Amino acid sequence: MNTTTPTPGTAAQIADDVRRGVRSARSVVDEHLARIDAREADIHAFNLVLRTESLAAADAIDAKVAAGDDPGPLAGVPVALKDNLCTHGVPTTCSSRILEGWRPPYDATVVDRLRRAGAIVIGKTNLDEFAMGSSTENSAFGPTRNPHDLSRVPGGSSGGSAAAVAAGFAPVALGSDTGGSIRQPASLCGVVGVKPTYGAVSRYGLIAFASSLDQIGPFSTSVHDAAIMLEIIGGHDPLDSTSIPQAAPSLVEVLGRGVDGLRIGIVAELAGEGIAPDVLARLHEAARVLEKAGATVDSATVPAVVYGLSAYYLIAPAEASSNLARYDGVRYGLRVDAPSSSEMNELSRTAGFGAEVKRRIMLGTYALSAGYYDAYYGKAQKVRTLIINDFATAYRTFDLLLSPTSPTTAFALGAKTADPLTMYLNDICTIPSNLAGQPAISVPFGVGDDGLPIGVQLLAPLLGEPTMFRAAAVLEAAMSVGS
Amino acid sequence: MLAMSQPISRDDVAHVARLARLRLTDDELDEFTGQLAAVLAHAADVEALDVTGIEPTAHPMPLRNVVRADVVRPSIDRAEVLAAAPAIEAGQFKVPSILGEEP
Repeated sequence: MNTTTPTPGTAAQIADDVRRGVRSARSVVDEHLARIDAREADIHAFNLVLRTESLAAADAIDAKVAAGDDPGPLAGVPVALKDNLCTHGVPTTCSSRILEGWRPPYDATVVDRLRRAGAIVIGKTNLDEFAMGSSTENSAFGPTRNPHDLSRVPGGSSGGSAAAVAAGFAPVALGSDTGGSIRQPASLCGVVGVKPTYGAVSRYGLIAFASSLDQIGPFSTSVHDAAIMLEIIGGHDPLDSTSIPQAAPSLVEVLGRGVDGLRIGIVAELAGEGIAPDVLARLHEAARVLEKAGATVDSATVPAVVYGLSAYYLIAPAEASSNLARYDGVRYGLRVDAPSSSEMNELSRTAGFGAEVKRRIMLGTYALSAGYYDAYYGKAQKVRTLIINDFATAYRTFDLLLSPTSPTTAFALGAKTADPLTMYLNDICTIPSNLAGQPAISVPFGVGDDGLPIGVQLLAPLLGEPTMFRAAAVLEAAMSVGS
Repeated sequence: MLAMSQPISRDDVAHVARLARLRLTDDELDEFTGQLAAVLAHAADVEALDVTGIEPTAHPMPLRNVVRADVVRPSIDRAEVLAAAPAIEAGQFKVPSILGEEP
């Protein structure tokens, strides 16, 4: 256990210190690199640590401060990036052999916005290959371990980003969430994780997995930091045709508004069977905290969410099979030479993709194939509508919904790798928000019987982030008083 | 339309692998067939759902075609893109023969 190690401060504190000139960006980066040196060999949060580049970026920030310029709201803040976010000239692998060594010719919009805000990219974090997984064990470069217990997984697929923040390697990180890949590892690692409204954050430069579900979001140690990050990375981007044409919402200014008068519903279908008793106990404690703060808390029903997993494992692989058709050995990435193009294509994909990626490509190809399309993909799309309708009904009565983030605390490495379906069940509480395009946040809320972190999830209707963050801040405040 | 309850066969998996341009060993075919059958059996729970009159959702947000003004602006550097390719010639991506192949 290493939960009490002092961290070098939140992103808000670091930026404040650096902007006022009371702390240099170089010293901030040095401190974080020292923490990486001490524990990264055990944790393996990173595919790549940008030592030289982050120190050079820090010096540039310090030069700006010395010249009287403001480097921005994230001045000198180290940020870890999931390695499916494109970084100009810096290897971006998706933890796959098929992209090993590839250097993108451009930055993702979120990376560009963070840099302009003064943030310093300290490294690229490990993930389940192409973000397909819930434990970060599907990485071609080996698993990431949970900083709270090295025998356990950090969750996934953004396990490297969650572990990096939990270990104090960076105060904030970015991940991507297609079926829970930010929120579930945040829960298992004891940090804050947000999946924003679909379209609220530009995906230009995010390597696609399932395009109707993928969304980028932040990890942090505080709700305040998550709000700052979302304000910076959010807002319209002409380079992403799915980007909502409006500015990022103001979140920091609403954090202190509390939940007095809000109506919050516990999702009954996600608060019983299949959820561990210690996780349910924390969920009900969270409900009591919100009630004590003035919210009314009641049981809510969203009946179709029980079909979420089934719909997701038809829709996401179908989209993945299409998105991953681009890895053909022609323009970038791995090529296995062969006398003909079709053979080169087949050998390159066979050598480049791991087992889980192959599984999902085949599942998706099958679900889309002639004769099966209506039964699988078509039906799943209609189930998606049912889930959206049931959420809409619930939000006529409630402002926010509450559920566990993950059915259990972090499980042991290897415990679920033999049976893909068992692994998929980790995502039952998080998948519905992706199918509906709605925002959700996982907030650390104590520990389970095994002493490992438990997160609770707040769900909101489309663009409901401000209300969601108010409730998250209330839960966080209760925990800091409690500890 | 074929029913979901009909389990995926080893031949189905071999066919799908060919469509997806993946080459599987005999052992992999056996393993993937069992695993895909288990996932599809779980997904079959949606079969009992009545979705009569329900419109499919392809996307969570209403999307329209997005257009921009046709203005010349800098784009990604061609030399940098080509530098990442496995093989190039005369400013183009180079691939093995495609003529005379089965489609």
